[in-house]
Amino acid sequence: MTSATSQVPDELGRFGPFGRRFVPETLMRALEELTDEYLRAKADPVFAEEFDHLLGSYVGRPSPLYFAERLTSEMGGAKIFLKREDLNHTGAHKINNTVGQLLLTRRMGKTRVIAETGAGQHGVATATACARFGLECVVYMGTEDIRRQQPNVHNMTLLGAEVRGVSSGSCTLRDAINEAMRDWMASVDTTHYVIGSVVGPHPFPMIVRDFQSVIGRETRRQCLETFERLPEVVVACVGGGSNAAGMFHPFVDDREVRLEGVEAGGRGSGVGENASPLSFGQPGVLHGSFSYVLQDGDGQTQDVHSVSAGLDYPGVGPEHSYWKDTGRVQYSNVVDDDALEAFGRLVRTEGIIPAVESSHAVAHACTVASGMEPDQVVVVCLSGRGDKDVAEVSRLIDESASR
Amino acid sequence: MNSPTPIAARFTQLREAGQMAFMPFVTAGDPDLDTTLAVIGELGRRGVDLVEVGFPYSDPIADGPVIQASYQRALESGLTVDAIFDRIGELDRESTPPLVAMVSYAIVFRKGPEEFVSRASAAGFSGLIVPDLPGDEAAELSTIVTGGGLDLVQLVAPTTPPSRLDGILATASGFLYCISVAGTTGVREAVPTELAEQLSDLRSRTDLPLAVGFGISEADHVVSLKGIADGAIVGSALVRRLESIAVDGEDRAVVLDRAGEWLNGLVAAAHS
Repeated sequence: MTSATSQVPDELGRFGPFGRRFVPETLMRALEELTDEYLRAKADPVFAEEFDHLLGSYVGRPSPLYFAERLTSEMGGAKIFLKREDLNHTGAHKINNTVGQLLLTRRMGKTRVIAETGAGQHGVATATACARFGLECVVYMGTEDIRRQQPNVHNMTLLGAEVRGVSSGSCTLRDAINEAMRDWMASVDTTHYVIGSVVGPHPFPMIVRDFQSVIGRETRRQCLETFERLPEVVVACVGGGSNAAGMFHPFVDDREVRLEGVEAGGRGSGVGENASPLSFGQPGVLHGSFSYVLQDGDGQTQDVHSVSAGLDYPGVGPEHSYWKDTGRVQYSNVVDDDALEAFGRLVRTEGIIPAVESSHAVAHACTVASGMEPDQVVVVCLSGRGDKDVAEVSRLIDESASR
Repeated sequence: MNSPTPIAARFTQLREAGQMAFMPFVTAGDPDLDTTLAVIGELGRRGVDLVEVGFPYSDPIADGPVIQASYQRALESGLTVDAIFDRIGELDRESTPPLVAMVSYAIVFRKGPEEFVSRASAAGFSGLIVPDLPGDEAAELSTIVTGGGLDLVQLVAPTTPPSRLDGILATASGFLYCISVAGTTGVREAVPTELAEQLSDLRSRTDLPLAVGFGISEADHVVSLKGIADGAIVGSALVRRLESIAVDGEDRAVVLDRAGEWLNGLVAAAHS
């Protein structure tokens, strides 16, 4: 494949060969209308102004680029900076997308919003934005995730959303996406589907990336302001891949900046032991899009495992597949235990409790930084805060201490 | 001019007799392929015109809860695509109605489109329905399928705008699968009246037979399609009637007999 460009996707939703639309005919009109409306909104300065205003006054942007001085000195290499998406309203990067999508919903005159959620962060961010805009909100969530993520279920309900349990298949995120798509097929005239990551059929991967790109644009500007040059390395964790897409996209054409995506390595490379389609999967079709998928020889989606519910997904956004195959982004994976160790390290050295998802990126950044020079810079996207994970992490640490 | 495909031949025959085609759907491997072969045999004896064979898929976004549950049961028992082809290939070609594979593009792509079509053809399938491959993406597969002497059946939805129809018709063959209501597969109360307008518009654009599916469960539904459609498709209503074999372990022959009695009414309505 030729080298990557930021000027993707094309009008058919193609990132190189990836992306496109593999959905029932019933959804095609809605996807075409959404594409047209989004492109109009994108060209409309009033829409951009409203979005920027909400990002500033409601989400709390720009988020700081923080020098993790004690972490840096512990690792003894390049300077590690954290892009603090954990300080956003609702505690993660997800709100950047939901605020943008709700502006789009209002523009299209739709009155009902549906979403899927895994760990619950996107569900909370959608319920929050729906409360802010006064729109009806239904969130689909696997019953297994409902059990694991009770605090977020309470938050969504408190925010006025209806949480619908999904008890088909693995009862997790991928089943919640299936169910949300089914709802949308029957309700498309009145309903907008606020998908939570850079996955699904065109135009979703493009829309979510664009709304999340505020992360990378700010980071780029902050780097130029702080040390008058771009960083050597930028690191982000990848589940579906929205924080990474938002962080990487503004750097894609800066060839000198190394971009590193980190998948969930789980317990190892065996089938069902990880959630790393870019490391262990093959190109295929899932949830309406062509991308790397963890699948068997028949194309059936395989079970996944990660300590982090937010990375626990067998697919990945098509733009990441494009960046992988063009070599623009290097992808690796971090196993559960190393992510938990990085979680503890960041808490101890910086007084910051990261999401377990983001801890995967922190772990990889520590490894990379320790092999670099002190005058070099590594930026990590700290995509969310870890309040939601504290109980589970304590349990796992106790468990491993007693082993 | 190529000789007509088995699907085209069947519709021509029915059209000449002034009858509608009746096409039930069965999930392959629910709960095992022995049952699937027995069901297809029963359907043939009850006089159905085509049989859609659903290839279970792990993430079927186009299907409702009844069919999804049947897919899940089949996959949990370890069903593979190879096993479906092997066992379907055992069916007696003479007494079996034309078979159409209903299969997700995830499966077709993974097996390789050429490979999948060649295996399907060897197993005795006459066509493919790939519900998550819209007209926009179907050109390549259409060439492979028709090149192999099979039909690629395309779907038209109530939400399909006229601007999309030319693209869909360009890659369609065999018949058009007209979805009666927006949403997923599943049993509904009545056949909607807006459908007639869309069918009449389609009629003016194509000679392909028009078959209606999604929500048909009663002979009355079939009767209401007389004169406006060329075929009726019954999906989840039959799958639901066969569920008790897998779910309750009920005797297969008893369940098949009961379903067969119900099918008689639908087949008679289509052929009246």
